[in-house]
Amino acid sequence: MHIHRLEKIWIGFGVAMLVVFLSVIGISAFAMGMDPPTGHSHGMDPAKVDSTAPFDKPGLKQVGENEYEAVMTAFAFGYAPDNMEIPAGATVHFTITSKDVIHGFQIPGTNVNMMVLPGEINHLTHTFDKPGTYLVLCNEYCGGAHEWMKTTIIVK
Amino acid sequence: MAELMPAKGKQKPEARVKEGETGKEPELKGAFASVMIVGFFILITWFGVFALFLARN
Amino acid sequence: MSTTQTAASPAPIYSPKDAKLVLAHILFAFAALLLGGIAGVLQGLVRGGMIKLPAGIGYYQLLTAHGVLMALIFTTFFIIGFLYSGMSKTLGGELLALPRRLGWLGFVLMASGTVIGTIFILLNKATVLYTFYAPLKASPYFYIALTLIVIGSWMSGLGMFMNYRYWKKTHKGQMSPLFSFMAVIVMLLWQVATIGVAAEVLLQLIPWSFGWVETVNVLLSRTLFWYFGHPLVYFWLLPAYICWYVIIPKIIGGKMFSDALARLSFILFLLFSIPVGFHHQLTEPGISSFWKYLQVVLTFMVIVPSLMTAFSMFAMFETTGRAKGAKGLFGWVKVLPWKDVRFFAPFMGMVMFIPAGAGGIINASNQMNQVVHNTLWVTGHFHLTVATSVALTFFGITYWLIPAITGRQLTQRLNKLGIWQTVIWSAGMLVMSGVMHAVGLLGSPRRTSYTTYDDHPVTFLWMPYHVSMAVGGMIVFVAVLLMVYNIIALLRAPKGETEYPIAEVRDASEPTPKLFERWGLWIGVTVVLILVAYTIPVSQMIGGDSPGSIPFVTW
Repeated sequence: MHIHRLEKIWIGFGVAMLVVFLSVIGISAFAMGMDPPTGHSHGMDPAKVDSTAPFDKPGLKQVGENEYEAVMTAFAFGYAPDNMEIPAGATVHFTITSKDVIHGFQIPGTNVNMMVLPGEINHLTHTFDKPGTYLVLCNEYCGGAHEWMKTTIIVK
Repeated sequence: MAELMPAKGKQKPEARVKEGETGKEPELKGAFASVMIVGFFILITWFGVFALFLARN
Repeated sequence: MSTTQTAASPAPIYSPKDAKLVLAHILFAFAALLLGGIAGVLQGLVRGGMIKLPAGIGYYQLLTAHGVLMALIFTTFFIIGFLYSGMSKTLGGELLALPRRLGWLGFVLMASGTVIGTIFILLNKATVLYTFYAPLKASPYFYIALTLIVIGSWMSGLGMFMNYRYWKKTHKGQMSPLFSFMAVIVMLLWQVATIGVAAEVLLQLIPWSFGWVETVNVLLSRTLFWYFGHPLVYFWLLPAYICWYVIIPKIIGGKMFSDALARLSFILFLLFSIPVGFHHQLTEPGISSFWKYLQVVLTFMVIVPSLMTAFSMFAMFETTGRAKGAKGLFGWVKVLPWKDVRFFAPFMGMVMFIPAGAGGIINASNQMNQVVHNTLWVTGHFHLTVATSVALTFFGITYWLIPAITGRQLTQRLNKLGIWQTVIWSAGMLVMSGVMHAVGLLGSPRRTSYTTYDDHPVTFLWMPYHVSMAVGGMIVFVAVLLMVYNIIALLRAPKGETEYPIAEVRDASEPTPKLFERWGLWIGVTVVLILVAYTIPVSQMIGGDSPGSIPFVTW
């Protein structure tokens, strides 16, 4: 099988490009903590969310200086707690699960974008530098009123 | 069928514009230029979105 | 050699029995395209806030119909019809009796599945979108309909494997025709991939939807779906690549650039397009970062054969152009047959695959997926890949395939209409997908009806984009209608002979390694890669302590 000299150069260039991409995302994910949201092996009973800690008391908990944990539940068609308020510059660790079907959790204009599965707990951390009313929306189809499933995060 | 199977070493003159190329490789500068344009397009769009990711982090 | 036909001899008459089988598949596919197109344009108008649906029809019902009819039905029927047509053409001019019968059995099963599935979607009993994620629960008969479609496709695949095996047995020591080799890869890929969705539907969803078991493992069902869902997109793309590699060189009056490289790229697709499903699940819980990243690396491997294909295509154009006397760096562009729809439509598909592929690399880039996941960017992405690159190539095939198998001619007028169809479709898709990419980066979610989220200011920014999407959708819909007209006109075109274009290899003295047809080896490597990528994460999913989810009907 003969491969043209210029094709070898092209494939070399292409593979090098892919290696660069993989290195950039690999290093930033594993060495700089930018890996995508995940919660590993957190089995729980989706029918008992309301009586399982910490989801029996969804809410905002201060865990450090301007650092919070937001324990949340998603359900058709909303989130608990609704309309949280935090100070500007706050770092929020989201911990979320679903009480029924699969939902999404996305804040437009940020990298906050994760799936919310029943029976699994997902985690994501974001720092809200600018004040404003951030929209949180469900970006996975969850039923007839999916397009109204939202809440807000008010950053003051 | 004869024209489809050139004897080894025999070159198709119309496929070769320049002399002095190695072996019997056809002239593929245009194809190479084209794929490199594609390659740079991929590079630019990828780093564009990566920059957006960093800006939003 | 892939064919013995030369340009001088008249095209042989296509086997009438095979023609019927192929035509049935192609026409069924285009009927699905029409229905799916109607659902699509209505959705666009609703999302843009331009109309409200009458008579209790739901947006998500239309979205389910659009996704199922386009992504699953149009594609699968067209692909099986096209692959059978090329098998018949390249493996001796006629299918064997049993494979042809299996083809018909497959057709009947898939068609029944489609009809049943569509009825349950229209009854609003299956508004679960084409991904049918549990624990949304459709009617069990919707899942049974999907099962019929998959089993039907297995019958057709089996028929193709049998025909290929027979040819190999009766042509000892010969390399199979390239078209048939590629068709076998496509159906093999499909066979291995559909095992995942079959397991999901048969072992999980059907017993659960009937109420025989109470709960379903949601993460496992999604993982099985995406084990199937990514090779699915290669099942769409590879038949288009067959056209690009095997058909297009003949149409432009040239030769295939390299038989060996074409086969190598298809083998790489078989190996690397399956163990990559996690790149659709990058933002979800229950899968650790390591396994996500591993599958991202494997996803990047599957980019390599597409890079090879890009070179092969340009090389084929350039060698053909230079053989015609073209000079300079890009002189060969001018001598391409721009006024021939059989070339022009697939060519536009190739061009659109450049942004489509670049977007795909971004989607699969691990944490960068958070920028685009489940936004309209993704919808824009697959409207460029499957709905432009693949669809336009399939349309380009149709313009010669229908006349070739029915003994008719592609007239000048129809060729011109085909060019227009291609231009309108490309323009509409470019507008719609381009805008979808942009508004997706601004955060607008996919799979969502018209909404302002209680007048949140960020949504006002999206509105003009949503309106432009609807405009693009309407332009594409005009092209759908024109395509349907063209099909009808092709069926009534004047009698005559049309060539089934199969290209010859540029340098036939260059041998193709025999290794490429060592199927045991390639299937073995495929299986090993799948086991490496999936065994541990799946065993963790099965071993979790979650008791699973009860069914929900939330629409």
